[in-house]
Amino acid sequence: MSPDGTATPPRQNLPATLRDPRPGRTTLGRPDDYLHAEHTLRSWLWTIDHKRIGILYLLSITFFFVFGAIAAGLIRLSLVVPDGQIFTNDTYNKLFTLHGVIMVWFFLIPSIPTTFGNFLLPIMIGAKEVAFPRLNRTSWYIFMAGALFTMADLVIGGVDTGWTFYAPFSTTFSNTYVLPALAGVIVVGFSSILTGLNFVVTVHTMRAPGMTWFRMPIFVWTMYAVSLIFLLATPVLTITLMLLVMERAFHIGVFDPALGGDPVLFEHMFWFYSHPAVYIMVLPGMGVISEIVPAFAQKKLFGYRFVAYASLGLASVTFLVWGHHMFVNGESETAAVAFSVLSFAVAVPSAVKVYNWTATIYKGSIKLDTPMLYAMAYIGLFVIGGLTGLFLATLSIDEHVHDTYFVVAHFHYIMVGGTALAFLGGLHYWWPKFTGRMYPEAWGRVSAFLGFIGFNATFFPQFLLGYMGMPRRYHNYPPEFQLLNVASSMGSLLLALGYLFPMIYLVWSLRYGKRASANPWLAKGLEWTTSSPPPAHNFDEQPVVDFEPYDYRDREARV
Amino acid sequence: MNGGNRDLALWPIAASAGAHNTDHLVWAFTLVTLMLTVPIFVGFTIFSVIYRDGRPAHREYKEKKGRSEAIELSWMLIPFALTLAFFAWGARMFDIHRHPPANAITISAIGRQWMWKFQHPGGQAEINDLHVPTGQPVRITMISQDVIHALYLPALRIQMETLPGRYTELWFNADKPGTYRLYCSEYCGTDHSKMQGLLYVMKPGDYQAWLAHQGASQTLTAKGRQLFAANGCAGCHENGSTVRAPSLHGLFGQPVPMEAGGTVIADESYLRDKILDPDKNRIAGYKQLMPSFKGVLAEEDVVALVAYLRALGPKEEGASAEDAPDRSTATGDSTP
Ligand code: HEC
Ligand code: HEM
Ligand SMILES: [Cu+2]
Ligand SMILES: [Cu+2]
Repeated sequence: MSPDGTATPPRQNLPATLRDPRPGRTTLGRPDDYLHAEHTLRSWLWTIDHKRIGILYLLSITFFFVFGAIAAGLIRLSLVVPDGQIFTNDTYNKLFTLHGVIMVWFFLIPSIPTTFGNFLLPIMIGAKEVAFPRLNRTSWYIFMAGALFTMADLVIGGVDTGWTFYAPFSTTFSNTYVLPALAGVIVVGFSSILTGLNFVVTVHTMRAPGMTWFRMPIFVWTMYAVSLIFLLATPVLTITLMLLVMERAFHIGVFDPALGGDPVLFEHMFWFYSHPAVYIMVLPGMGVISEIVPAFAQKKLFGYRFVAYASLGLASVTFLVWGHHMFVNGESETAAVAFSVLSFAVAVPSAVKVYNWTATIYKGSIKLDTPMLYAMAYIGLFVIGGLTGLFLATLSIDEHVHDTYFVVAHFHYIMVGGTALAFLGGLHYWWPKFTGRMYPEAWGRVSAFLGFIGFNATFFPQFLLGYMGMPRRYHNYPPEFQLLNVASSMGSLLLALGYLFPMIYLVWSLRYGKRASANPWLAKGLEWTTSSPPPAHNFDEQPVVDFEPYDYRDREARV
Repeated sequence: MNGGNRDLALWPIAASAGAHNTDHLVWAFTLVTLMLTVPIFVGFTIFSVIYRDGRPAHREYKEKKGRSEAIELSWMLIPFALTLAFFAWGARMFDIHRHPPANAITISAIGRQWMWKFQHPGGQAEINDLHVPTGQPVRITMISQDVIHALYLPALRIQMETLPGRYTELWFNADKPGTYRLYCSEYCGTDHSKMQGLLYVMKPGDYQAWLAHQGASQTLTAKGRQLFAANGCAGCHENGSTVRAPSLHGLFGQPVPMEAGGTVIADESYLRDKILDPDKNRIAGYKQLMPSFKGVLAEEDVVALVAYLRALGPKEEGASAEDAPDRSTATGDSTP
């Protein structure tokens, strides 16, 4: 079927309320859809509609992403030459700090939960709202306050600690503006906690009649798992960064041995949050892919329950592996061995998901539209990222490649190749729902390809660089590494196009895109039963759920 | 660098048996991971061709009871079991890396923003570059004077963080003479990326010649011995003192009973703590009368003192400490 939404086949096995409300009929401009319900600026900035808040977040994180991406471009530019002639060392250090802090805390961590999560979670469980709509608005204001403050600090003053803020460098030795950056990140943490709280309560209390736990889409499961991590891990980050503030501002010795502290304690506390944080970044991506793959294979998600449990499994084991970032800091041998084997265990639930996606498309009716292309790219890159994670979890390999470009490549494969591609895939998939318009399909496919090729061209050479021994955060590097660095920088140009195109044509489509039907992909799930864009209160009638998730049986019958 | 045009090289030279072992581990692991993932990629490609929407294909699909659980379990457990072999291989090597052999020579490294200082047992010091012999286990104990650094020797596939306030160590046994690179791999501020130098791996004869050419005035232990006298340590710790202080002969590597209960092994970090912060670990049976030497002794002096204490033999042979030193005798079990 083409994305313009003709000919929705009847779904006799569903109750009347759940059939596509107005098959094939565009609903854009119906006076009460959430975009047109009110028009003033105030109606956006002071909204308590979870959908509008989702859109506010979408605009905000795109804004931050652009800054982070510009910094990345400058980093790659400067690494074209080995001896760091383009910037001073200090400028370079500030650039990678800017890049890391913004991308991790103001783009990747909030990306999918605050945009798709806010917009879709209530709709997917058949609710009119999140549990605490005003708190949700407050979360956005807190996020913006913290993030803008830190970003202003990073851009105007500059900070040179790296996103990891290792002590005692960050507390005693750096003479850049570390305190404001910490303050902003701490503030943003509260926004994460409140969002997590809101989602957990929403999932527990707001599900539509008949929406049992095992009828929830996997995306909702992953949002739930992520919210638990937000609630349990973020406070640790808050405390850790507060301790940094105390030491830097008041010389209360916590981490600096000169003041009687212990720098390894900081590493422990930081990674106790930051390893779970990588699952904050990756679980939502898995959720998005688990929606896209069944929709474009028109087939039930293979092993739904396993995938749901794997999400909770990941959210729990992820708290037990932080020590794998510290194998070479003199950590006790027993601890290192335990963290190593637990890290191998984390890979199991991740692998379950990948195999299940593959099994899902077996015997499906596969359409290779843009969201599916992104999903396939995601799976490829995520697999490589995950496996190189296993290499890093192997003790004697980590002794070699720790803190080299190998690690840089590893986490970019997972976070950029993974999360950022899942984000783009989801954005295309739900774009009709968000805006009532279709994006231009050909451009979408081209961008998905560019993103995939450009990504590999940028980051694959970094695995080699790392194994050859190039340390990370190096502005001056030995000349024998130049070739691979130039290759990586050229790849990043392609990658940049892969991001730039969607930004342009998605905006273009707001005005010129084809109008979208309620269910352009013939996908299952409550969000496709309401109009595109949805009315202010999500559904015209309260949905009642009496079907299983990903119930594509009527489609599977086709031969 | 060593071995022709390294500009086009895509694989680093391995200069020790351990480094070769790491490479083998990586290749074997790559092979197994390919076995586990190629099916995914092939499956995805083939399925998306033959089950492409609109293409006639056999799509009849029935879920048999119990079958999908069996499939799920098998693709959870089989890959996990396979990869565990590599966990074990890596852990075994790591274990070896954590236990330097008793005949290792000890070189001390001090990291500071933004340079390395290495000191050989004979007292020869060098900045940023490091000379080591082949065929001889070399143990490097390190400490930082400011922030966290890390000593990284890619040709030996090994690195270790250099922490302020605490000794860490690594060891290796290089076998391929050549010139390689060494780096600081833990970000440490402005000139982090300039905190690098060259690692010269030399045949033992060349190494001895190099040491002789450097012509150090004084071995590390001799310097330590001098400091021991000059700072009044001897006054309390040697025979005939008026203060009741424990003898330090043969202390290194031994368990020391603590006032708070339990014992602590007297390793390098313990000795350093005792000198700079004597109140931290109070010893059972003694009154803590020792003054802190924090701010009095430079990091280099502490390194020399620790080297001296490490070389101090049991009681009566104390005088021979000065002769013992080049091969440090009592490395024992110094693992943290
Ligand atoms: C004023 C006398 C005094 C001076 C000077 C002194 N010490 Fe001590 N030292 C002591 C006493 C008393 C103890 C045992 C008390 C305790 O540590 O709780 C001790 C303990 C030690 C220990 C631990 C011994 C063990 O059995 O574990 C070491 C090592 C040590 N001193 C090294 C030194 C060095 C090196 C110096 C010189 C830089 C030095 N001391 C100077 C009095 C002194
Ligand atoms: C199969 C699962 C994974 C395993 C076994 C794994 C393992 C590791 C290990 C051992 C390290 C430390 C390497 C080092 O510093 O020497 C590491 C670093 C890292 N990983 Fe993973 N990883 C996995 C998945 C992920 C995921 C899902 C993400 C992100 C979404 C991620 C993001 C990162 C980041 C950001 C770092 C580096 C942080 C830094 O030092 O700045 N990893 N990983
Ligand atoms: Cu981790
Ligand atoms: Cu450094």
